[in-house]
Amino acid sequence: MLTLTIKQQPNVPLEAESIAPDVIAPLSHDAVRALPVFLGKRQCRLDEFFDVEGAGSEDIEIRGDAGRVKWIGRGMTRGRIHIAGNAGMHLGAYMKGGTIEVTGNASDWVGAEMADGLIRIAGNAGGQVGAAYRGSLAGMKGGTILIGGSAGLEVGMRMRRGVIAVGGPARDFAGLQMKGGTIFLLRGAELRTGAWMTRGTIVSFAPLQLLPTFSAGCAYHPTFLNLYAKYLQGLGYTLATGTGAYRRYTGDTSMPGKGEILIRCGAA
Amino acid sequence: MLRITGGKVFDPANNINGVVKDICIDDGHIAAGADGGRTIDAAGMIVFPGGVDIHTHVAGAALNFARAMTPENQRAAAKFVHTPERRMGIGGPTPTTYATGYLYAGMGYTTVVEAAVPVLSAKHTHEELRDTPIVDKACCLLMANNEIVIDLLEAGDFERAKQVVAWLINAAKVYGVKAVNPGGVTAWKWGKDAKQLHEPVYGYSKTTPAMIISSLARMIDQLGLPHPLHLHCNNLGAPGNVATTLETMKVLEGNRAHMAHLQFHAYGGDDWHTMRSEATQIAEYFNAHPNLTCDAGAVLFGNAVTITADGPWQHLLYQLTGRKWGNLDVENETGCGIVPYTYKGSNLVNAVQWAVGLELLLLINDPWRIFLTTDHPNGACFWRYPEIIHLLMNADFRRERVKALPPKAQKRIVLGDLDRQYSLYEIAIITSAGPAKALGLSQKGHLGVGADADVTIYNQNPDGELMFRYPRYVIKGGKVVVEEGEIRHLEEGREFLVQPAFDAGIEAYLRPLFQQHYTMSFDNYPVEMHRIERAEVRECK
Repeated sequence: MLTLTIKQQPNVPLEAESIAPDVIAPLSHDAVRALPVFLGKRQCRLDEFFDVEGAGSEDIEIRGDAGRVKWIGRGMTRGRIHIAGNAGMHLGAYMKGGTIEVTGNASDWVGAEMADGLIRIAGNAGGQVGAAYRGSLAGMKGGTILIGGSAGLEVGMRMRRGVIAVGGPARDFAGLQMKGGTIFLLRGAELRTGAWMTRGTIVSFAPLQLLPTFSAGCAYHPTFLNLYAKYLQGLGYTLATGTGAYRRYTGDTSMPGKGEILIRCGAA
Repeated sequence: MLRITGGKVFDPANNINGVVKDICIDDGHIAAGADGGRTIDAAGMIVFPGGVDIHTHVAGAALNFARAMTPENQRAAAKFVHTPERRMGIGGPTPTTYATGYLYAGMGYTTVVEAAVPVLSAKHTHEELRDTPIVDKACCLLMANNEIVIDLLEAGDFERAKQVVAWLINAAKVYGVKAVNPGGVTAWKWGKDAKQLHEPVYGYSKTTPAMIISSLARMIDQLGLPHPLHLHCNNLGAPGNVATTLETMKVLEGNRAHMAHLQFHAYGGDDWHTMRSEATQIAEYFNAHPNLTCDAGAVLFGNAVTITADGPWQHLLYQLTGRKWGNLDVENETGCGIVPYTYKGSNLVNAVQWAVGLELLLLINDPWRIFLTTDHPNGACFWRYPEIIHLLMNADFRRERVKALPPKAQKRIVLGDLDRQYSLYEIAIITSAGPAKALGLSQKGHLGVGADADVTIYNQNPDGELMFRYPRYVIKGGKVVVEEGEIRHLEEGREFLVQPAFDAGIEAYLRPLFQQHYTMSFDNYPVEMHRIERAEVRECK
């Protein structure tokens, strides 16, 4: 295992896409220390900001507050990154496999445009979780993002496949322009959930204030929720699907879209 | 002084077909001899005149809008890192200005024509062209939807309209005149299009697209511009548009004209499901009418960004794709639409488009009248030209690619039956000598004594794509700018323009119209000559 301990907080965010198992695994201790990171336009060595213990490994542990360290695990395809503390923006962006765990909070763009793999955040996440970067046609195309706490704006914006679960409340525009995949909102979300969605499923265990362009369909017991609950339970994440019915809404008819929003009945 | 020895020279303008001979360069021009200086040993290599792109979109408001609209392409594109000799930039479907110069030069092209410039954004275009290094440049001015000109045609005042056109060419500091969907962009301002060549343009009672086309072609011939009317026909991209294109060619009889991106105008069928190639019909007519030249506007599969003044077509394309759409209005002059697009081999329409571009290049007999373009960035990026060259030079490879198309598409095209293979001599014509001749740039596209010393040297390779993608040396104006795949020297390019004579009294006519209709004052409208770096004014006959 390789351990990176923050020894000096960067005064501006540090761009550290080299902290990924694919990059680090084949490297010697000295080579890891010499990895390039960018402080603004200045190229620095990794060991200017981190104490490095051990040689290259697919198992990386980051200790301390990495809230100002961006692009950790960018494009990773394998291995594991464990962050005992906070993580900065773009955590696991473009990732294709492996696991990232954060014990603290993460910033914006967690798992943006990821294709596969697992990201687990114990605390809160920022905005644009699993989203598409500006201009892109699609956000996350697969994989799973599990957030214990709250999330910011535009959760799952333009996502095409994969699962996002948010334990705390999410802010406005969850599932904006969603094209597929599934979002679980354990404690609901603020305004305009599912705006412009064309496909995909948003499940809320708390009441939602829906846009007028969503139409009520029926109340029913969706059996597929139990499959999701079982899958997520295996990852240590509990979905309290309950025994009651869910009210199904379809939209966003302003697109027109075939997405669905399920809200647990009696959740109020 | 520079001497290139031992290379096999292809210089079609001087009837030199693969002859081993020395090329000497002195003071930026091809010379009869050279004493001293560097010698490049080109033994076993192929020597071409520098490439000339007759129709591309590399600068100006519309392209800049497209760059801003597609950050997703920029993220994925090749990056040019700043070095002591090079500025930074981004490649991709809509390269930045510096990258455009490097990419063209890196492919052996030394002259490019920005094909669509409205007078109102000419300043912006010239400033971007100034920042496009190495290559020489020229612009075509958008004219077929200029309301002042159409109003005069409606009033039957051809002579005054001609004076206005001449004044506008002088004001914009351009080299040629382009007509885009004549009347259609004017109609688009009312949400309409001009689909019928002989019906009045929406908002007018007499003026038809045919009338605009023939009037402009006549004016340009009378003004003696070196390059004829550069025409983007009505009904671009629409199934069955072959009828409009043929009718347009008939309207042009008796005048010179250059038909831009002909591929987009050679479709049969009634709708998207029945669309088929009509390249044979177009080529048959074209072969018999030497007053016309054209460029292919070929399509390659992959990501592209469609940018055209043809606003109504772009709205339709947006509705078809459901992707992003940008629409610009350029006051009384023209408009512009932008839609990012992906051409897919599995798509029937795209497969037909891909085939039509190649069919035209193979069916039009005279390589001096059809030139290699992709209508960059509409059909594909210009830096993909070598892929097309390979398809033209190798019939077996082409047939393999045809077999990979959907069976339904294979029945709508004739490409699989064509055996013609381009020779290196013919490639030199369609990429350099031909377009230079059609542009009337007498010092470009050849290696005769006195020509600009723009020379590209390739390693001979049976794979045309590899050969033409990575020239061994590129020489621009006598200086070696690309060597071993690296930009070695940053030579800034010139800009060609014409200044046809006009009646000075026309300003008194235009001034009040401007005060009334334009957001810009009349005195601020023309581009001052000092804004153009290294301008070279070419003569009108």
